[in-house]
Amino acid sequence: MIQTRLDGRRVIICAGSGGVGKTTTSAAIALGLAAQGKRVAVVTIDPAKRLAQSLGLDTLGNEPALVAAERFEGHGLEVTGELWAMMLDAKRTFDELIERLAPDERTRDEILDNRIYQELSGAVAGSQEFTAVAKLHELSTSGRFDAIVLDTPPSRNALDFLDAPDRLTSFFEGRALRLFIAPSGIAARVMGRGTSVVFSILKRVTGVDLLEDLSVFFRALSGVIEGFRERTAGVKALLADPATTFLIVASPEREPVEEAIFFRGKLDEAGMPFGGLIVNRVHMLAPDEEEPGVAELAEQLGGDDKLAAKVVRTLQDFRTLAERDAAAIARLKGEIGDEDPVLVPHLDGDVHDVDGLVAVHKHLFATDEERDALLAEVAF
Amino acid sequence: MTFDELLARPLVVVTGKGGTGKSTVAAVLGLAAARRGKRTIVAEVARRGDVSRALAGTSPAGALHEQEVAEQLSHISIDPQAAMEEYLLDQLPRPLAELLAASRLFGLLAAATPGMRELLSVGKVWELAQEARRTPGGRPYDLVVLDAPATGHGVAVLEAPRTFAETARVGPIARQGRTIHEMLADPARTAVVAVATAEETPVTETLELRAALQASMGLPLARVVVNRMLPSRFSAADEERVTALPSSRARRAALAGAGRSRAQRSQLTRLRRGLGAGTPVTTLPEVLTGALALPELERLSRDLERRG
Repeated sequence: MIQTRLDGRRVIICAGSGGVGKTTTSAAIALGLAAQGKRVAVVTIDPAKRLAQSLGLDTLGNEPALVAAERFEGHGLEVTGELWAMMLDAKRTFDELIERLAPDERTRDEILDNRIYQELSGAVAGSQEFTAVAKLHELSTSGRFDAIVLDTPPSRNALDFLDAPDRLTSFFEGRALRLFIAPSGIAARVMGRGTSVVFSILKRVTGVDLLEDLSVFFRALSGVIEGFRERTAGVKALLADPATTFLIVASPEREPVEEAIFFRGKLDEAGMPFGGLIVNRVHMLAPDEEEPGVAELAEQLGGDDKLAAKVVRTLQDFRTLAERDAAAIARLKGEIGDEDPVLVPHLDGDVHDVDGLVAVHKHLFATDEERDALLAEVAF
Repeated sequence: MTFDELLARPLVVVTGKGGTGKSTVAAVLGLAAARRGKRTIVAEVARRGDVSRALAGTSPAGALHEQEVAEQLSHISIDPQAAMEEYLLDQLPRPLAELLAASRLFGLLAAATPGMRELLSVGKVWELAQEARRTPGGRPYDLVVLDAPATGHGVAVLEAPRTFAETARVGPIARQGRTIHEMLADPARTAVVAVATAEETPVTETLELRAALQASMGLPLARVVVNRMLPSRFSAADEERVTALPSSRARRAALAGAGRSRAQRSQLTRLRRGLGAGTPVTTLPEVLTGALALPELERLSRDLERRG
């Protein structure tokens, strides 16, 4: 069960490839903790519209909003704590960070108005990853929550997420920045002082405008470097904290399985704490037992051989799926090193509303005995 | 747009939500075009997935190596760093290009400048689609199929050249960005195919993708391929009779299968309604077997053609 993986954890990060039900899983974990009386915030990146609506998340705000406990009334779940939910706005989070870190208004405006910054903070790959951890850090230090559940961005490369703080730090401390703001750096050269062969070749390829924009950007940014450095150190410490846990979410299909294994390796390399594996959308395989054959079914169906054959073929399909899933889970167990992953069956019907959320919650938080019974019920 | 019209464009961009089988569809389209005698290349911009491994085989190909994988069909994996070096070599005399690459100045600039990596990758895709290839010894292709990143980033990749041209304003890279953008935003040269499954979120995102594509690129969505359709075996009357059977796993499986297929069909209807008459929708069946190798891809490809 998931409970033992959550005990004593204040930050729960759900990672995995897109399309495996990561957002629903994150929300269901948060819901479960809130039902235990905790104050919980779930931070999602790009939730399915229906799920967002069912959590009352259709208003923007970039701040957690309290999900009314009444939403879960009549679904057999009492939320005695507080469930807060928010949808991350990457650009706004970045802007807020600059506003907080800039030493004065002039620096702030210079950065916020710079076109390079505007592109950087917007849609460019990587900014979501960075702002997600920045927001996580902010919420975690605010002391407002007993637990925070983060649904990671649907990044093709999970590494982007783990690397975000490091990459930013090395960027600020590295050559790129020095190159631009050192007394003899690009900024100075753009302004006309000093020339070098390499620089004039560079100018030939990029044009001088781009270099100017970059120089202005980096010079302005140098005013907030110290703040950024502290921030990224804090974020890194938070990710490696014993009270933080990474849950890997997968489904038993080829790509998510490979992605999950890949991410597990990266967690180890980065020294981040792995908490457990959740496999969604599993078709359970029942042990072989007496099943009616085509002839028997045909008899029960008034002699309709064709229909009986279709029924048997559909069971065969499900058994094929269940065998495929069992093989995938066996591989995941071995490669990821979680002997007892939490399995959530393929749920028919809509998992994007409160009912679906409650159903996922039931599977995640079931005790071992309850879970075995639940899974046996849906096995083929 | 008919299937023939789709493959008549020099560039087909395949995008869609993660986990819907986007790479499979890109490979399948490439195979269909190659069968028609078109010299085709399937280009991939991120990490190699197992579909491209199925296409490309196991022999390791270098960055930017155009590997022939079947008659008339090649595969390329685009690495931004290699694309950058190739671009510099094309723009500058060799000694200068090498000097710039060795100084790492340009590499650092590329890493620091938003959109530059995307521009370099998409620039290579553009180069592949040119009649006069910039790559020394490169033969022209009739069709480039781009296996683009998942939806959100998919549009971002198409936007990269313009974004970059606007940021850099003047100079060779800005000019290059504008040229590439002209091709990407031209419906006569570029067609975008979205891949979805018949489920709530992928259908919603496909409809959103169409709107975003129109708004940011002025491009229509040329076609949607709905992947992993389950067989529709049971009529309503069948279902009623199966429901009356005594309890067994077979009965439950049949009812679950019927229910899933019904849910898929209703999502398919929602998608078709949302798209209207302008965007054709083709379906592909769920493949239950494990790894997709070339023969299965070939079969799916013929299936896609047959379904139009």
